[in-house]
Amino acid sequence: MGPRVVLVTGVSRYLGGRLAGVLAADPSIERVIGVDTVAPRPQQSAGLGRTEFVRADIRNPLIAKVIAQAGVDTVVHMNVIATPLGAGGRTAMKEINVIGTMQLLAACQKAPTMRRLVVKSTTAVYGSSPRDPAMFTEDVEPRSLPKSGYAKDAVEVEGYVRGFGRRRPDVSLSLLRFTNFIGPAIETPLTRYLGLPVVPTVFGFDPRVQLCHEDDGIEVLRRATVEDHPGIFNVGGSGVLLLSQALRRLGKAAVPVPSPAVSLVARAFRTAGVVDFSPEQMRYLEHGRVTDVSRLAAELGWSPRPTAEAFDDFVDARQPSRLPAVASSAEQLVLGALSRRRPVATPGALRG
Amino acid sequence: MAELGKVIPLHGDTPPVGESAPLAPPVAERDGGDWERKLAGGLAFLRRRVTGDYEVDDFGFDADLTDRVLLPPLRPLYDKWFRVETRGLDNVPDTGGALVVANHSGTIPIDALMTSLALLDHHPAHRHLRMLAADLVFSLPVVAPLARKAGKTLACNADAERLLSGGELVGVWPEGFKGIGKPFSERYKLQRFGRGGFVAAALRTGAPIIPCSIVGAEETYPMLANVKTLARLLGLPYLPITPTFPLLGLGGLVPLPSKWIIEFGEPIETASLGGAAAAEDPMLVFNLTDQVRETIQSTLYTLLMQRRSIFF
Repeated sequence: MGPRVVLVTGVSRYLGGRLAGVLAADPSIERVIGVDTVAPRPQQSAGLGRTEFVRADIRNPLIAKVIAQAGVDTVVHMNVIATPLGAGGRTAMKEINVIGTMQLLAACQKAPTMRRLVVKSTTAVYGSSPRDPAMFTEDVEPRSLPKSGYAKDAVEVEGYVRGFGRRRPDVSLSLLRFTNFIGPAIETPLTRYLGLPVVPTVFGFDPRVQLCHEDDGIEVLRRATVEDHPGIFNVGGSGVLLLSQALRRLGKAAVPVPSPAVSLVARAFRTAGVVDFSPEQMRYLEHGRVTDVSRLAAELGWSPRPTAEAFDDFVDARQPSRLPAVASSAEQLVLGALSRRRPVATPGALRG
Repeated sequence: MAELGKVIPLHGDTPPVGESAPLAPPVAERDGGDWERKLAGGLAFLRRRVTGDYEVDDFGFDADLTDRVLLPPLRPLYDKWFRVETRGLDNVPDTGGALVVANHSGTIPIDALMTSLALLDHHPAHRHLRMLAADLVFSLPVVAPLARKAGKTLACNADAERLLSGGELVGVWPEGFKGIGKPFSERYKLQRFGRGGFVAAALRTGAPIIPCSIVGAEETYPMLANVKTLARLLGLPYLPITPTFPLLGLGGLVPLPSKWIIEFGEPIETASLGGAAAAEDPMLVFNLTDQVRETIQSTLYTLLMQRRSIFF
């Protein structure tokens, strides 16, 4: 009942490439077809294995021909991109995300061989506001729908995916809402943000952050592709880190920026091309976002590693922070010095 | 505090210093000096803070910070200033989910803080009270992260049910801003009890409801008038004028030293009422809400009768 021919979109990007490589290593799958607008980089294509690469724009009806000719039965849609930096501007990004998804779904709808659709979405669809419940479950109605950027694209993409589900009820549909990715190799707006020499935060706010390790994300996508897990799932590690706590673990200094000045600072970073922080992500830096991942755990009988562990793996892969060693030796030093010069304890002395 | 007077054996078997045990030099343990143990604990705490090596739960509750930094400054207020007297603490279960429902008063919600301190310090199981707070709290800079770290979360059914089914002790003040922002002339008159959401949450999780009556908080900042226009301009639910504020400026933030009584009433069991189906029955929810409200109101009147004066 496993898939025979799998098509992966967004294969020239990090996660898409890794998933294609994992699927290509699975002998039960006959063909793995990777689609993207640009060819994978040389170091990436090594990991792709026997994946057949088709250079095609999913915004183009050509994609329908690929699906029909190869008899694709499983499509993994990973081409909803989060940042305009690599896509050539916000307009192009929106085109790829929304129009691309529409074209892809139109092609899927016409393909009689289609049996399964897996879509990589994001928990950003829940938005981020002070009126949010502490944890979002999959069927929670967001209090404030995202109004711009990636999150809005993702909301629209999900809308089209739901429409597809209505029109092709015979296709098993998995909608995976991922939290922010973290890990030793992946590059995201969050990892670039955390990679800044000093990290600007919003004054007076300390959001809760939930993370998904890249390896675990790939594993969830793999399982959703080769097994059958229909439904909507939040995907991420259990537990949370506070942003301040994460920065401490990373040994980074935070620079609190008052809320009114935040958009100016964000724009400066965007213009400099260092970190793209959209207004959505700025709201995230104030209020954070945590999701309930128990549905996924119950469905898979397996769950991604906890947020804190995933983050520690990221920290270890960077330069290991010397802070814990310094702090504990300072602690030893003080206690040692005190115990040397401390007079013999008597109850009377203690009282003073 | 009782430990201070007793003779401390120089080479006795003192308990380890908790989490700091592996790092603290063995000397501190062997001699068991009280201040030294405190110092070791404090240093270990600092180290955990500097390196981010602590845990917060899904709601952002930081027990380490709450116990060591946020609550200690409130203890003198509890013990010396308000001289809080607690009654019926045995009505609060030692384990498992339970919902403490209390009256709200006093312009600044100190009553919530004092109730949580009462349960942490004086309840035999030393339970943390997880409080439900208005969304305004979570939109204010500085206040928002502190509220989460102190164990508060948004007053909504999803959060209340998640906490209760997780076996937490949850505190709710259903009057909300109507309670703390009412004029002094209406003191100890309970306002509308929200929309009964807290009752629905208790019914769905089968958690007992513990009515809690707080006397004394009304007199901390007697609100003589409410500058509604200015409040609206600032986006606040009310802007009080008290005998000391704004007359004394920041000095107006010092509460009057009223004598407090916090009484926890008999738990109202909800487990046998029909669970989630009962929560869908608005009449049952309204009746139960009224029952809780009436219980608190009548206990308040009884306590007021027993009170000798506002300040003693």
